[in-house]
Amino acid sequence: MSDPVLTLTAVSKSFPGVRALHDVSLSLQSGRVTALIGENGAGKSTIVKILTGIYRPDSGEIHVGGAARHFSSPRDAWAAGIAAIHQETVMFDELTVAENIFMGHMPVAATGGVDWSRMRARAADLLERIDAPIPPGLPLKRLSVAQKHLVEIARALSHEAQVVIMDEPTAALSANEIDDLFRIVEQLKAEGHAVVFISHKFDEIFRIADDFVCLRDGEKVGEGPVASVTEAELVRMMVGRPVDQVFPKRDVPIGDVVLSVEGLSNATEYADISFDLRKGEILGLYGLVGAGRTEAMQGLFGITPTTRGRVTLEGRPLAVASPADAIAAGISYVPEDRQDQGAILSLGIRENVTLASLGQYVRGLFLSRPLEIDETRHLGRRLAVKASSWEQRLAELSGGNQQKVVIAKWLATRPKVIVLDEPTKGIDIGSKAAVHEFIGELAGEGLAVVLISSELPEVMGLADRLIVMKEGRIVEEFQRGRWSAEAIVGAATGARRDAA
Amino acid sequence: MTSLIKSRELFLALILVIGVILIGSYDPVFVRWQNISDMLTETSVLFMLALAQMVVILTRGIDLSVAANLALSGFVAALVSQYYPGVPLALMIAAGVAVGLLLGMINGALVALLTIPPIVVTLGTLAVYRGMIIILAGGDQVNASEMGDVFQAFPKQTFLGLTTPIWIAIGVSILFWLFLNFTRTGRGLYAVGGNPLAARYCGISQGRQEFLAYSIAGAVSGLCGYLWVARYGVAYSEIASGYELTVIAACVIGGVSIGGGVGTVAGTLLGALFLGIVNTALPVLQISPFWQMAIAGAVILAAVVINARAEHRPDKLILPEARRLGRDSGLLRRVKA
Repeated sequence: MSDPVLTLTAVSKSFPGVRALHDVSLSLQSGRVTALIGENGAGKSTIVKILTGIYRPDSGEIHVGGAARHFSSPRDAWAAGIAAIHQETVMFDELTVAENIFMGHMPVAATGGVDWSRMRARAADLLERIDAPIPPGLPLKRLSVAQKHLVEIARALSHEAQVVIMDEPTAALSANEIDDLFRIVEQLKAEGHAVVFISHKFDEIFRIADDFVCLRDGEKVGEGPVASVTEAELVRMMVGRPVDQVFPKRDVPIGDVVLSVEGLSNATEYADISFDLRKGEILGLYGLVGAGRTEAMQGLFGITPTTRGRVTLEGRPLAVASPADAIAAGISYVPEDRQDQGAILSLGIRENVTLASLGQYVRGLFLSRPLEIDETRHLGRRLAVKASSWEQRLAELSGGNQQKVVIAKWLATRPKVIVLDEPTKGIDIGSKAAVHEFIGELAGEGLAVVLISSELPEVMGLADRLIVMKEGRIVEEFQRGRWSAEAIVGAATGARRDAA
Repeated sequence: MTSLIKSRELFLALILVIGVILIGSYDPVFVRWQNISDMLTETSVLFMLALAQMVVILTRGIDLSVAANLALSGFVAALVSQYYPGVPLALMIAAGVAVGLLLGMINGALVALLTIPPIVVTLGTLAVYRGMIIILAGGDQVNASEMGDVFQAFPKQTFLGLTTPIWIAIGVSILFWLFLNFTRTGRGLYAVGGNPLAARYCGISQGRQEFLAYSIAGAVSGLCGYLWVARYGVAYSEIASGYELTVIAACVIGGVSIGGGVGTVAGTLLGALFLGIVNTALPVLQISPFWQMAIAGAVILAAVVINARAEHRPDKLILPEARRLGRDSGLLRRVKA
């Protein structure tokens, strides 16, 4: 094999409380496609960010074309010949295709201004090279997602990029568009570029990639030619850790069916979501990021409209047209991004805690301040919120305490069913254990819990039953004790079942 | 000092008291009851319009059409009194309020249903409402001689030593205080402005809250329209021209955050009172009224700076020594410096 175009040697990167990458080495060959695989949070994005100059590694070296490089900004990475095509394209909608391609390095005319005609001509050349029939003068906003990807590829080529990174480029593409994209990837290979391809879809990896690098918990756990492995082996590499006994599972008697969902569907996001949920039960909802779990639960909660489906709560049919309906019926949804979707920083603790259940505190015409304070004190103490007074503004609290206030807000609605969306995302290990214990406590009190989580150990540790979603549909259901990490990840990624 | 700025109502009140004492010691006429009563009567419309504007700003909106609305509703009320002099006064006032409410509902519908940015909507309706007066009046105006006597006498009457506009402003202020602090809808206004997404998850509809806020602002503008026209005895297309900016200024001085979600009845009233005092004090101090704008402007900038400092989010507590000491400790500041 020839000398690698790019090598990472023993690269590590940590964030407060999280080890994102540990001692990872990899090398990219010219004319080959390397697939970067791993579960959510395994460290793939961190590698992309290091390669594109967004993060600086704590230790380790980057060599490009044999020379050591230090990237202190994305511009340095461009200059070294590394270009990335992102999941959601980051470009300028109001500008033309040509301007987008040459943003930051537009050709300059003798007068000192932009040489528009040369820029258009070069843009047309680049687009022709990848067989993309897009007029360079067209505003970007008139292009489809797939066409925008092509413009990004042209932009990468305009930098003479030797390494092209594609971060889940097929996520928003139709089958035909994927074929077109893969044709261009083949062409980039033929021209001698090194391509990094990140995808969760095994069929795509086996179709396009030559080599693979597998990450787990920030460490490299395998690499080699794709032809030498099977899907089952890749899944085992991705998961490969003992997951039982991470969290002590509480023994909770499981009661009657509380919530029954039948055929819940939305035109573009999810279809035929059906499940029963019992009193005291924790139902795990696992899937890859973007599998439609959050969207389906938002539909149930009335945030987004559903097109079809029947919901029954305690035997009575339930029509949810808005979150207010869901709250009134006894369904709570604790959203994933608690800062953005949960906390109102300009208001005090009391006002936040009572916001979703204000009807309970009305006496006569007006809200009763003492009733509000009682409830806030009760829940604040139960969740151990640390604050100088119950009137303190949320902006003055720490992130962890803000989260507790948001959870208190939903408990104040006295829910029968509570949906927790990634409840431990972005919090440290100590707080995680506390949240896990608390989820067990809620179930113990007879609440029915839906736990959306992308962390396998978490769902396997806590859930009584597990539903796996893939591409907007439920693909598998597992009972506690009759599941394996391999089978769950296999179902979520679409690896063949017999392989798992 | 920091704690005073935190409770900005107290801070503002303190500045007002000091100011009044200083001006009073310069010219005792200023602190005579007659002068204070005149000043409060003069400012009563500003009190009410500022509260109405605050409700809109709480939802992250702005209503530039309040003064135009005031002029049009006042004009309609004057027309009623001109052509139907036998109608009871309450009905004339109700006509003004009803027109104001309708105009406010138009703003609300455009903002909430069509989700057009509030500044664009109300900039447009401002011009439309003023234009409608010209069309209704055919370029003419309604004079004091054409309005009924009862119509004009009411704002000049006094009850228990206070004029009726002051009493009305007190009543409206109490209603706003109750509404904003002790009703679900009032709390919803703060929630929608503080974090629209979080409010939505709590079952609070942003559109409904916005519609309500502009409707309230409209109804109050209508009421003020009657008071203005009856007090000054003239109704035409240009009355209260540009007054919306004074109203917004009162809100900002009173600590209402233009970013939405923050503002109190007390603060807004003090902001309006501040401008009222400045307006009456300048002639007493023999300062040219041309300075009035500059002074109000400087105060607004000062208020915004204080607001920005108060809104500044505290640093994170990462250092172990910082966590031990806590955020409010004076020691911490020395550690940081």
